[in-house]
Amino acid sequence: MRAATWQGTHLINVETVDDPEIVNPRDCIVKVTSTAICGSDLHLYDNVIPGLVPGDILGHEFMGEVVEVGPKSTLNKGDRVIVPFPIACGNCFHCSIEQYSCCDNSNPVENQDMTRPLYGFGMAGIFGYSHLTGGYAGGQAEYVRVPFSDVGPLVVPDHLEDDKVLFLTDILPTGWQAAEQADIQPDDTVAVWGAGPVGLFAAQSALALGAAQVIVIDHYPHRLELARQIGAKTVNFRESNVLEALMEMSGGIGVDVVIDAVGMEAHGFTPENMLDVVKQKVGIGADRAHVLRQAIVACRKGGRVSVPGVYGGLSDKFPTGALMEKGLQLRTGQTHVQKHTRKLLAMIEDGTLDTTWLISHHLPLEDAAKGYHNFRTKQDEWTKVILKPGMERSEDTADEERQTEPA
Amino acid sequence: MTTSTREKAGLATAAAGLGLALGAAAIGAFVQTRKAKEAQGDDAPGFTARRGFGQYDVVGRTVTIRRPRAELYAFWRDFQNLAGFMENLEKVQPTGANGRSVWTIKAPAGQTVDVETEIAREVENELIAWRSVAGSDIDTEGRVTFEDAPGERGTRVGLIIAYDAPAGEAGRAIAKMFMREPAIQARRDLKRFKMLMETGEIATNAMRPSESEQASQEEHA
Repeated sequence: MRAATWQGTHLINVETVDDPEIVNPRDCIVKVTSTAICGSDLHLYDNVIPGLVPGDILGHEFMGEVVEVGPKSTLNKGDRVIVPFPIACGNCFHCSIEQYSCCDNSNPVENQDMTRPLYGFGMAGIFGYSHLTGGYAGGQAEYVRVPFSDVGPLVVPDHLEDDKVLFLTDILPTGWQAAEQADIQPDDTVAVWGAGPVGLFAAQSALALGAAQVIVIDHYPHRLELARQIGAKTVNFRESNVLEALMEMSGGIGVDVVIDAVGMEAHGFTPENMLDVVKQKVGIGADRAHVLRQAIVACRKGGRVSVPGVYGGLSDKFPTGALMEKGLQLRTGQTHVQKHTRKLLAMIEDGTLDTTWLISHHLPLEDAAKGYHNFRTKQDEWTKVILKPGMERSEDTADEERQTEPA
Repeated sequence: MTTSTREKAGLATAAAGLGLALGAAAIGAFVQTRKAKEAQGDDAPGFTARRGFGQYDVVGRTVTIRRPRAELYAFWRDFQNLAGFMENLEKVQPTGANGRSVWTIKAPAGQTVDVETEIAREVENELIAWRSVAGSDIDTEGRVTFEDAPGERGTRVGLIIAYDAPAGEAGRAIAKMFMREPAIQARRDLKRFKMLMETGEIATNAMRPSESEQASQEEHA
């Protein structure tokens, strides 16, 4: 089969590899019809998440048709399914309380050991991500082996096309959980850092959960326009002082809920962020936590801090004083996708949620390298890229290949 | 507390009779909580102490498994099942009376070493202790305990293994293999046991069954 493989920093090759087969009784094999490039794939592309090996098949947002089932799978051949990005067994303590992304049993034991020194525990398995999270082959491929197929994959009705349901695999539940875990109240002002897919879906979810006002912070004009179109207000951090703007727009109260949908590769001009950039470049596992610092300072006394943005290492100058003295609640985590998929599918089906407006490009899987390159370097227009195995390459999709990154 | 003291005594008595007093002492010290030491007592298991156990290497790990105690006990008590989740164990063959069996342990370079073990003590649904019989290449003993975890959390499974590999080529090979990272090995084996009991399978990122076997072989090469 053909598969998009990681070969090093900013180096994606589509290669021919052996097809996957059923290994464990609860497995199924999915033939991929649509697979997206995620913002967190860019952390892999930029090589700031440790634990990738050249040749790894990327991709954790994918859906398709079930073509093979193990003896203990509850799916049938021909089922059309979306596949949540965290792999969860459904049997362990964490799965029993719907903490699917904390599953004890989905990450092979050898891989679990890799995060023990840093986190104290092994994390759940994730498709197409670091070996820290299992080293499972991902969905930017023609076929995927899906473990615990009786727990994760959700059968979707045929009348909902791929574009309408694909985001149930990650970014829609991630945006939803970011808002839901912040316990949004009707009078709340919510500030969201990052108008990427997760930030925009978090803003959309916050409004759906009844927030009085949602403010999205970014610097890309087109992305801020998308935020405006879903009913949010905007702050462009290149044009306005974010802390002052948020204070004034919340009538001097401060924002009730802050959501960091940026994570470890924050942009910013402050001295402490420049230092973070240097530390990350020299590879000492440092997170660039500029957004989280700013969000914590912006949050009102007794407010809530929600962090769907990905962090992997350590941070300096973390505002513990502001966190404690203001009595803030901190809610974080990889998304427990399986907990949200049924409810969100119902909201898509009855028209409450539509997320197709986010999609900017469909590309053949063969053009994965171009998709990564443009998703990273042309973020304003390339808001979401969907790769389609088997889609024919047109002349204009094939011409621009990878370009050398400026130093 | 009562349980661990009683078991310690049981193990020590049984082992002393077979000339394995040293090993029993190692496990005994291991099981004992440091509460006994009056000056700086705490409730941590002995195996978390920052000290050694003489000539014996001793490892201990605890895992909580969301399955009934009796089910876990029964599975473990059929020693042939152990090879399904213990990485360095190729197979276990019962040899007849007294719960004796031959454990075929994987050694470097595709070699294996056989160790005959016997059951030293067992309490249904609570404890199984085993040890190598006199004259084995490797002097080892182990103990697994099963107790109810608080509330609905299932069963706490504790595994302790002590071993002393004497001179001789096989002994050295075994020692090297065991001592590579024995504590990690014990934790991994217990986690695989947990996976198998809770989910019915052991997680692997292999894309094909053949790959899964190959990966396992490479690890032992």
